[in-house]
Amino acid sequence: MDFNAFLNGFAVVVEPHNLLYCLIGVLIGMVIGVLPGLGPAATIAILLPITYTIDPVSAIIMLAGIYYGAQYGGTVTSVLLRLPGEASSVVTVFDGFALAKQGKAGTALGIAAIGSFVGATISIIGLTLLAPVVAGIALDFGPPEYAALALLGVLLVATIGSGNKLKALIAGAVGLLLATVGRDNFSGASRFTFDSLQLADGIDFVVVAMGLFGVGEILYNLEQRHRRVQPPAKVGNVWPSRKDIKQSSGAIGRGSFIGFVLGVLPGGGAVLSSIVAYAMEKRRSKTPERFGRGAVEGVAAPETANNAAATSSFIPLLTIGLPANASMAMLFGALLILGVSPGPQLVDEHPDVFWGVINSMYIGNLLLLILSIPLVGLFVRILRVRPAILAPITALITILGVYTINNSVFDIYLMVGFGIIGYLMKKAGFDPGPMVLAFVLGSIIEASTRRSMLMFGGDPTGFFTRPISGSILAIFVVLVLLPVIRHFWRRRKSAGVEASSGVAEVDAHRGPGDVGVAGDDGGRDVVVLPPDPVDVAGVGQRVGVAEPGAGKHDHHRTE
Amino acid sequence: MNDGPAHTRDILAEIEAEVTHELEEERPQPGGPAYQTVGALIGIAIGVGGAVLACGYGLGSLHEPGPGLWPFVVSVLIAALSIVLLVVGRGLTDSEAFTRSSVLPVVGVATFIAFGLLMPSTGFEIPALALCVIWLRFLGGESWRNTIVISVLTTAVFYFLFLYGLRIPLPHLIAF
Repeated sequence: MDFNAFLNGFAVVVEPHNLLYCLIGVLIGMVIGVLPGLGPAATIAILLPITYTIDPVSAIIMLAGIYYGAQYGGTVTSVLLRLPGEASSVVTVFDGFALAKQGKAGTALGIAAIGSFVGATISIIGLTLLAPVVAGIALDFGPPEYAALALLGVLLVATIGSGNKLKALIAGAVGLLLATVGRDNFSGASRFTFDSLQLADGIDFVVVAMGLFGVGEILYNLEQRHRRVQPPAKVGNVWPSRKDIKQSSGAIGRGSFIGFVLGVLPGGGAVLSSIVAYAMEKRRSKTPERFGRGAVEGVAAPETANNAAATSSFIPLLTIGLPANASMAMLFGALLILGVSPGPQLVDEHPDVFWGVINSMYIGNLLLLILSIPLVGLFVRILRVRPAILAPITALITILGVYTINNSVFDIYLMVGFGIIGYLMKKAGFDPGPMVLAFVLGSIIEASTRRSMLMFGGDPTGFFTRPISGSILAIFVVLVLLPVIRHFWRRRKSAGVEASSGVAEVDAHRGPGDVGVAGDDGGRDVVVLPPDPVDVAGVGQRVGVAEPGAGKHDHHRTE
Repeated sequence: MNDGPAHTRDILAEIEAEVTHELEEERPQPGGPAYQTVGALIGIAIGVGGAVLACGYGLGSLHEPGPGLWPFVVSVLIAALSIVLLVVGRGLTDSEAFTRSSVLPVVGVATFIAFGLLMPSTGFEIPALALCVIWLRFLGGESWRNTIVISVLTTAVFYFLFLYGLRIPLPHLIAF
């Protein structure tokens, strides 16, 4: 690791305007995490046009802050209202709300904030040490490796996420097709432009993202508006006692580790890690019966893990240039817009961006700790703001924002068109997350595949004979086949027993639009934990379940 | 989590049941098989349409792929997956039925489009004010007092944020 560059990164972060954007980012993240409705991916999408006007490093620092700040905010509603603000806070509900009922909401929030801070910080240290190493390895990747990796990324996000896997794959494939609209880079031929001049250069990523995520969620929320509003529980003292901290310290340590590992793996993420961490604590505990009735560890473990995972999910983006979830896809798009291409060269070519973003997280988490312990009362008040009041404001931000990209009214209509598609997809149970991710990666996959074919002289077996691309594709094939094999195996095993079929049912229950969840948390654990069939089976499905939970409002959000 | 996986599974199953139970009551009405069928048919239509158009762009060969080859492969994949969905997906309950409140998004879309039509000629202030009023009063059911205060405030904040804060030129009526 280049220690000088690392220190220079800190110099970048402590510049006053960068500190300010970091604060704005985590503040927005915290607020949207608390408010049911928009998730982090949608928020980042909506704010993309504004980033055009600010310095790239500041912009990325701010957008990253929105993402990890939302993880903190999601806790507040879980504890106070039994409503997870984010899908990754669903398991926090069990013990968090139980504590709130006992008048110890403050303790739960305090311990969650401390756990989040510790988990995230440990994870950033891991990120600091590991990212340059991974980037170094990835420097040797050629077009075949990129094609294989990007394909794997799309598959992971599609299958890991919430919702029906088949539908997610269809959405992903449509995203790939959408990416081909416009001029073909190799031959110059126009594809799917229908003689429209506006489409000749392809569809702008920002327009697609703002439409599918932003407008789609706004329209969807408009319909779901009519829900009862409950008064939040009293917060009380936020400072956890020494006993609480002692009791949770083990959970925080283990949660950090679980979160970091699951977050690094492509498609792994916050939801999965929070569930695994919770289950782990319950299993280790000498008094597991306390869980669900107000065990402090039951709050500490998942909250630590989801923050650690949110942080470590930056590793694939910053080192290989592959977004692991929907929010990362937004950051990927933002970097491209700002003229920075994420990938292994990032650390050398744009050390200010690379280290600026990583180091801003140390500071951002410190800010979040301050915001979520002494100032938590302020955020609780936000819960009293009715969604009806926020709706026109977000609508105006999207319309004016998309217009300013090219000063084009056509972009407004195009965005609304994608918004309608996003809304209808949610109604029909399709998750727009994989579609946006595939759209972002589409041109990389096509270009690297075609370049590889040129390298191989038209022989597709070349992909399999190169060691790295071959291994990646082998994983790809295993992942595609595994669910099928498991399905048949399970069917044979439990021909009469209904036990395992619960899983299928769970799938069916998933909320229609858990965009975010999908993205973020992905981990169709299959991928994540292949060697441990147990977790695979259990966790994966659980994730599915959890999403609808977030659901109510959130299942529709994108993280 | 490596020791005693069976135990882990029990706990996970328990958590799963708990979450499912908790969410059950909040689930919107599922749309039923017709929704699934329509979804799958649209997928098939996109796949087939994409494949036909892609053929027209020239497929080329693996040696020298034409501009249409990649979109063709992707389109065929979409169609194939959608056919599978058509066959196996009828029983899914992940769709949501349209209800009377589905009119709200329709009105929302109409205001978006009207905004786009009006802004170039009238500037953004009047459409922004109108959009706020419609969304707050008619879609959101806020009181007139709230509606007027919030609409005027929002429009003013956007005016200063975009024109002065971010220095982004928007078509506007009021100039200082």
